[in-house]
Amino acid sequence: MPTPVISVSNLGKRYGSTVAVEDVSLEVYAGEIFGLIGPNGAGKTTTMECLQGHRKADKGTISVLGLHPQRDAQALRRRIGVQHQEAHLQKRIKVWEAVDLWSSLYATSAVDGDALLTRLGLQEKRNAWFMTLSGGQKQRLFIALALIHDPELVFLDELTTGLDPQARRTIWELITDIHDRGKTVFLTTHLMEEAERLCDRVAIIEHGKVLEIGTPADLVDTHCPERRVVFTSDDTGLAGRLGRLPARVSVSGEGVTYTLDGAGDSFVTEVIYFIAREAIRVSGFRTEMPTLEDVFLKLTGHGIRE
Amino acid sequence: MPMLNGLWKLTWIETKVFLREPMGVFGTIGIPVVLFIVLGRVLGAGSSNAADGASVQVPILAALMIAISAVLSLVAIISIYREGGILKRLRATPLTPVTILSAQVIVKLGFTAISLVLLVLAGRQFFPGAITPHLASFSAALLLSTLSILSLGFVIASLVPTARFAQPIGAGFMYPMLAVSGLFFPLEGMSPVLKGFALLLPTTHAVALLEATWRFGDWAGQWIHVAALLLAFGVCTAISTKVFRWE
Repeated sequence: MPTPVISVSNLGKRYGSTVAVEDVSLEVYAGEIFGLIGPNGAGKTTTMECLQGHRKADKGTISVLGLHPQRDAQALRRRIGVQHQEAHLQKRIKVWEAVDLWSSLYATSAVDGDALLTRLGLQEKRNAWFMTLSGGQKQRLFIALALIHDPELVFLDELTTGLDPQARRTIWELITDIHDRGKTVFLTTHLMEEAERLCDRVAIIEHGKVLEIGTPADLVDTHCPERRVVFTSDDTGLAGRLGRLPARVSVSGEGVTYTLDGAGDSFVTEVIYFIAREAIRVSGFRTEMPTLEDVFLKLTGHGIRE
Repeated sequence: MPMLNGLWKLTWIETKVFLREPMGVFGTIGIPVVLFIVLGRVLGAGSSNAADGASVQVPILAALMIAISAVLSLVAIISIYREGGILKRLRATPLTPVTILSAQVIVKLGFTAISLVLLVLAGRQFFPGAITPHLASFSAALLLSTLSILSLGFVIASLVPTARFAQPIGAGFMYPMLAVSGLFFPLEGMSPVLKGFALLLPTTHAVALLEATWRFGDWAGQWIHVAALLLAFGVCTAISTKVFRWE
């Protein structure tokens, strides 16, 4: 394993009597997109803010780019890019002014501000006031500000919350682009689809504790091996024949729609072979795979939005 | 020097951002000048020379209003920036906290100076002969007073829970301070307790210093007020570093 870019062990943080983070340990490696996923109030933002040196942890050890977030705060700020949840800028600051200000703050401005705005699709908005931007444009501007000094590590907190699906997709492409440029990305989200699409690895966090860490595919395989096949057929007497499959069979739609619930990677193949062998005429066929959402449900006993 | 560059850039941007909101500009710069003209007319500031009675009170009140509107504007901006996460975002850059807040102070002092120029121009226009000949001395007194009261503004800004309360809480501090500043009732006429309280407030010393410089242009006998204003600045700045909330 390469040396981690971020290394956290037994992080804890409370606000008064409220425990925000109880016990978080994780490692993030160079070049990966790492997602901290969990419901609102799980401790995602607090964890991220401790990593950025913005908050002081009560317990545990943190190393980010080999630095101590509190002791080496200034050095760390020059090497990381951050985007905060629900952040704003001055209402009447122009896009180019913000980019210009931010780029003046770093000794090494390796990035050309105008090129960055073009890449983020904000070039025609460079003279617009912040308050006139759409939600997606604001987030793209914050991404620009996070990238202005060409940081090695980028923190993105709930980047697409409140955006419409199209704006969300645009942001996802931008994050993939950041990743392709060799940066390490640490993001938080409560959108499982987002985590599944973007993240190389995720940590599922709830009530301030990490429940699981792994690639989305591994987590699904480990915790939700269930597979479902749904097909429609007019053939008669199917229910009995399907009983020979290692599956729970349910029939609906006046005997034309069959739902087969099984488990394991080979289940779908088995069903396809069976249908072929039995020469069943199928007019519709689909499979359902569990998602991270199901993993979350399994691990916590409730959905992420509840 | 990226830091100085950052301070200059941030100050300039804050200036532009401020100017882009016409109502805010009028409230901060225009109202003291309008107040000066209206009160000057009503109380007859132009009727005698620059060092007499109402003709001193009116410009001092207007000058103090300049300082107070700068402070109220500062409190409002800080609470809006805090609520919107702007302070937090700026703090996540290599900018030091002192730089971020200094930019606001410089902007306010700059507009204080501009307001004073407008006040003097209005005075020359409407009340010939009523403006003090000791302008340089008076301007310096106003800037020192504003700086001192602005530092109190940071303490007040720390007490403001949300941006909605910025205006009432700011005004709730400032106007009573103005009432006991000695401008309307002489300190000598107050009860010992009230007088002692008034002497703790920077506005009281600001009034005394502004009056003295307006009348005589001389700082020599005013060291106690200068010291009090500087002390208030030091104490409030020290308190701010402890209680100031960035989010």
